[in-house]
Amino acid sequence: MTEERILQAPLKTKDIEKLTCGDKVMLNGTIYTARDAAHKRLIQLLEDGKPLPFDIKDQIIYYVGPTPEKPGEVIGSAGPTTSGRMDPYTPRLLDAGLKGMIGKGQRSKEVIEAIVRNKSIYFAATGGASVLLAKSIKKLKIIAYKDLGTEAIREIYVENFPCIVAIDFRGRDLYEKGPEKYQIL
Amino acid sequence: MREVNASEITNIVKQLCIENNINLDKDVTEKIIEFEKKEDSPIGKQILEQILINAKLATEENRPMCQDTGIAVIFVELGQDVHISKDNFYDAINEGVKRGYTQGYLRKSVVEDPVFDRKNTKDNTPAIIHTDIIPGDKIKITVASKGAGSENMSEIKMLKPADGIDGVKDFILDRVKRSGGMPCPPIIVGVGIGGNFEQCAYLSKKALLRPLNTRNPDTRWDTVEKELLTRINQLGIGPIGLGGRTTALAVQILTMPCHIASLPVAVNLQCHAHRHKTATI
Ligand code: SF4
Repeated sequence: MTEERILQAPLKTKDIEKLTCGDKVMLNGTIYTARDAAHKRLIQLLEDGKPLPFDIKDQIIYYVGPTPEKPGEVIGSAGPTTSGRMDPYTPRLLDAGLKGMIGKGQRSKEVIEAIVRNKSIYFAATGGASVLLAKSIKKLKIIAYKDLGTEAIREIYVENFPCIVAIDFRGRDLYEKGPEKYQIL
Repeated sequence: MREVNASEITNIVKQLCIENNINLDKDVTEKIIEFEKKEDSPIGKQILEQILINAKLATEENRPMCQDTGIAVIFVELGQDVHISKDNFYDAINEGVKRGYTQGYLRKSVVEDPVFDRKNTKDNTPAIIHTDIIPGDKIKITVASKGAGSENMSEIKMLKPADGIDGVKDFILDRVKRSGGMPCPPIIVGVGIGGNFEQCAYLSKKALLRPLNTRNPDTRWDTVEKELLTRINQLGIGPIGLGGRTTALAVQILTMPCHIASLPVAVNLQCHAHRHKTATI
């Protein structure tokens, strides 16, 4: 296993090509939050041929619905939610320019194919390590769907956000390779 | 007859909701430490360390350990010699949940209609309340905060009696295997066996309330729990599903008599954010 790699968002193809599933990454830069309800709206916009509330090209979406922040906090607790629920929407967003996703849990065959097709990447963050992860989030702005509360789209600025390459641009999947390595038959 | 003011119930429920989400119980952290020492996967080890650091930070900084602060599942053992005054019992509990989730800055994750508008109720009510009437004049209240990541990986199956213990084991193993990283392993596997369709699901959730450092009092089931834990950890799923030896921290089984023609089995998965706390009035 390699040492931690520093990665900058928005993503560049040449950086993505250097990463392999299992690599530890420290992510820096601006990323966006979205989960179930926001995804539904984004897809509706694409279907209607309307612009998205942010330029999705080369961006990373973090699947998270934080707890409400207390006075003085940038964000409440903010760990990843199960990515699989976004699978029906994800290929469409990747084809529209999305480059990376952060979440937890395995992805569908269709998503992996779309990752390969678009040279993009999927990161896993530790589900339930939500205070630890929130500490890497330094700035926050709600940019769309305020009415969705925890599910609104937030633009967040992260510093050294720890995650692991779960599916790399070649479609190699740590959710398959990891367990294969450690299973005892 | 002992008189208990409903507002006392509200207060206790509120406190338990908040405390639950901030402080992970020692039996859970101790188990994670035990498994972290044995974890062969470097990534797996690092993830377990992150979970432990996170639990510490949550306590120190008074913040919810996980953003999914769950739906409130409340188990009440109500002494039959208690009279609750001033307010409706269930309303008093829901008021406690509302205050806990609002004043404690916890996430409101309950929607009104499960299918149509899915509109958030905005105060995390209604809670799911299970009431048992017991002898005595005390009220014992347990609040469990149950996140959806692991709850969604739960399942019930009506086996045939002929499927026997092997059928039971296969179903449990298969359920854990198919869940992979989605329920945030390391998990605790709650199993209900027997009863009928709805009772069995309830048992599987109740099985999770047993402290992790205890054993099944029935030696036959104790053996089954141990065997299943070993076999689950041989699946290789590992912390958050990225490979490793630590997939489950415990398997806990509760059983009940059932119909001559039935063998219901329910599996309720619980993530490492295993939050339940109890108080007695
Ligand atoms: S499964 Fe548990 S630890 Fe994971 S996000 Fe949900 S509540 Fe948190």
